[in-house]
Amino acid sequence: MKTEEYSITNLKALEAESIHIMREVVAEFERPVMLYSIGKDSSVMVRLAQKAFHPGKIPFSLLHVDTSYKFPLMTEFRDKFCKEIDADLIVERNEEAIAQDANPWDLGTVKCCAQLKTGALLGALEKGNYDAAFGGARRDEEKSRAKERIYSFRDARGQWDPKNQRPELWNLYNGRLNQDESIRVFPISNWTELDIWHYIHLENIPIVPLYFAKERDVIVRNDQLIPVGIKTKLQPGEVPEKVMCRFRTLGCYPCTGAVRSTATSVTDIIQEMMVERNSERITRIIDHDQEGSMEQKKKEGYF
Amino acid sequence: MTVDELLKQNQESDLLRFTTAGSVDDGKSTLIGRMLSDSKNIYEDHLDALKRDSKRLNREEVDLALLTDGLKAEREQGITIDVAYRYFSTPKRRFIIADTPGHVQYTRNMVTGASTANLAIVLIDARNGVLTQSKRHGFIASLLQIPHVVVAINKMDLVDYSEEVYETIRAEYNAFLAKLNIPDLMYIPISALRGDNVVNKGDAMPWYKGVPLLQYLEDVEISGDRNLIDLRFPVQYVNRPNLDFRGYCGTVASGVVRCGDKVMVLPSKKTSHIKSIETFDGEQDYAFPPQSVTLCLEDEIDISRGDMIVHVGNQPKVEYNVEAMLVWMSESKLEINKPYIIKHTVSDVRGVVSELHYHIDPDNLHRHQADSLELNEIGRVSLDLFKPIIFDDYTRNRATGSIILIDPMSNATVAAGMIIERRGSAEKISSDAASKPVSHNIVREYSLVTADDRERIMRQKPATIWMTGLSGSGKSTVAKELEKRLMELGQPCYLLDGDNVRHGLNRDLGFSADDRSENIRRIAEVAHLFNDAGMIVITSFISPYRADRAGAKKIIGEEAFIEVFIDAPIDVCEQRDPKGLYVKARAGEIASFTGVSAPYEAPETPVIHIKTDTTDVSDAVDSVIKQMIDTGLIKK
Repeated sequence: MKTEEYSITNLKALEAESIHIMREVVAEFERPVMLYSIGKDSSVMVRLAQKAFHPGKIPFSLLHVDTSYKFPLMTEFRDKFCKEIDADLIVERNEEAIAQDANPWDLGTVKCCAQLKTGALLGALEKGNYDAAFGGARRDEEKSRAKERIYSFRDARGQWDPKNQRPELWNLYNGRLNQDESIRVFPISNWTELDIWHYIHLENIPIVPLYFAKERDVIVRNDQLIPVGIKTKLQPGEVPEKVMCRFRTLGCYPCTGAVRSTATSVTDIIQEMMVERNSERITRIIDHDQEGSMEQKKKEGYF
Repeated sequence: MTVDELLKQNQESDLLRFTTAGSVDDGKSTLIGRMLSDSKNIYEDHLDALKRDSKRLNREEVDLALLTDGLKAEREQGITIDVAYRYFSTPKRRFIIADTPGHVQYTRNMVTGASTANLAIVLIDARNGVLTQSKRHGFIASLLQIPHVVVAINKMDLVDYSEEVYETIRAEYNAFLAKLNIPDLMYIPISALRGDNVVNKGDAMPWYKGVPLLQYLEDVEISGDRNLIDLRFPVQYVNRPNLDFRGYCGTVASGVVRCGDKVMVLPSKKTSHIKSIETFDGEQDYAFPPQSVTLCLEDEIDISRGDMIVHVGNQPKVEYNVEAMLVWMSESKLEINKPYIIKHTVSDVRGVVSELHYHIDPDNLHRHQADSLELNEIGRVSLDLFKPIIFDDYTRNRATGSIILIDPMSNATVAAGMIIERRGSAEKISSDAASKPVSHNIVREYSLVTADDRERIMRQKPATIWMTGLSGSGKSTVAKELEKRLMELGQPCYLLDGDNVRHGLNRDLGFSADDRSENIRRIAEVAHLFNDAGMIVITSFISPYRADRAGAKKIIGEEAFIEVFIDAPIDVCEQRDPKGLYVKARAGEIASFTGVSAPYEAPETPVIHIKTDTTDVSDAVDSVIKQMIDTGLIKK
């Protein structure tokens, strides 16, 4: 005798919600695109897209905004991964700013981000004439993101107006737009960092090796471990040292700190998280610039 | 705990979404902060940032509200602008809190938070008691049909942890909520500031016998909140990657769909069978809410986005005209006869609000005539749609009974709506008939004989002994024996049996979910009439849904309704199978058979719980009789 079970676990419920959102977007919008940052959240988002449209291919392109400061291991992983899953990959850069040697050491992180990230992103979205762009932001990451909708309306300049958001009820999303306006869609809004890792573990999702601990050359500055890249400018007296560490989040190497760790597998990472007392964004230099810095960037068009 | 245990725990834990409602200064942020910190869910860098921000903004103490107020303007002005979502977990469950602010914009925000919530916490300040706003929160919870409501009476420390204060507030609020439809209600006295009854029980209120708030949130049963009866599968997207595959993608809104099921596609009414249920992780034999799957059919029929796949014998309504309760969410007010876009499940239709029947004041439930609805106002309207929509009443089905209105010029979401049974429609009375207002021209007549007179003559207090349990659990056996024994004791009583009632009074009803609810409603009304006449009534019906039994209790009256759970494991019932029904159900000859292909929601707190696999009939009857003597229904 077989009795049917109707219970659903947390992860399966989150997965079903994300798939529902992605299908809505593909059905309702003319030119959707998925922002692909190469990080763990993007990896999960891509897997969810595969699930949503199985047995078909993912019916939109993956767009990667390359600031030229990404870790080489990231771009290597990106190209291999996209080829393996047969995804269309578009890479966009703000070539003008890169030619003028835009960098965080001279410009500061705020201006550098505005040019290489937000600028390149807005340019790419305009060029592709995309009316919907998926992003892998989660509400548990940062407090301005806790206020974000699943469908985040952006005006013709890609700007977010947090005080004037469309109310979002049940699973009825309002994606109606006028000319040049767009929607940023956050299908994994309700996932937490731990959910992401559990899902990667359960689903065997490939991720960039930088997430795993290894001896790496870093500079120890104000309690942060800053990786040494090609253009890294050392402050007087600083000498890179070898530290066993890994990255909790991935971004541009000048602005992403590492954490001391010995976790070399996904289960090790989850184990580490069980005792971790700091949020993942502590390693993101960008969030600490000033109070409300993420909110400001989002208002200007950042994800 | 080892990592394997953690993985296992996380894979097994489910998700509870709740919303918090309270007036300004009721201590809502403190409560959330307390829950997060006592269950160790705040990261240290967030706590550090909180301390820094508190200092910079000149707050005297660390302000836990800053944790949820994410926007710069909110932190500076000390207000909350919008719904914020918070995440936390305990070993048993994952939680999503929709934290909504408690000031002017409240209705709009609470409705937003409530729309996806399984549970609402309504906070009441013990010093102030039930305020107008508390009533508003209760009304919205009922309007949005949140299945579970917890009333947390906060700041008990400031009223000396007085049981009397707690009981007074509880009685007053209960009296108000009795006018509304709240399926599951719980009261907990707490002190968010000191932590009593939040995560830990504390020893300040020994008179409170219940569990602390967090434990309640961890344990409250939510799997029964889903509608597993009426299959509704709105087709979201047609997946046609190649000529060999055509699948219909969607999320199961309600009901259970199985391979081989005969289904109908609405609105075309074409039928086919389910060939397979596809997912990335392989085929499934069946799918249930809220799973997102892809259905393949045996026959090639024309189906597009917005169509709905349902079971042939259980269809939703397809109509141009609907009535709804609207919550207005925009600064620009409702305009009668102006075209709006109505978004419903996955389809968009144009339509107008043709009539505003009344505006309801959530603070006192008074209805007023009105010409329009303004921001945060709630009213009942008729909608004329340019194309028919496929829907159920919201009380029956949240997913197919909810709508939003969009202004086609500004593209703004201007209203949220819950579809309700049409007034004066000639259609059959539905399950919410019990809570419907009757015509103003019908006035109750009162008899010259009082209930006391009848009690004296018949030497008993009338009551309804409501037996619920699976088919074959022994309801009829116990009921018949009980009737016989009561008669022997000289107590006038009457047994209402399921099959018998279906031969007469309810012969027009089938076994669809709507019909089952109506069946129970009529029985409850009949039982109520018998009770009114002074008789004791014994009923013997499966009555599998908690909501229906709660409805029956409402009709019969809280005091007179004695719920008896006749409990036997399903395999025992199946072995007994007195009517041969299980055999038929397993063979697929009976659709929606309780325990096999339809759920049975066991009573959470029955007055009497009889396990018939270990108790014999005469002991079972003794226990009921004893209870009736103990509570004074009959004399020894």
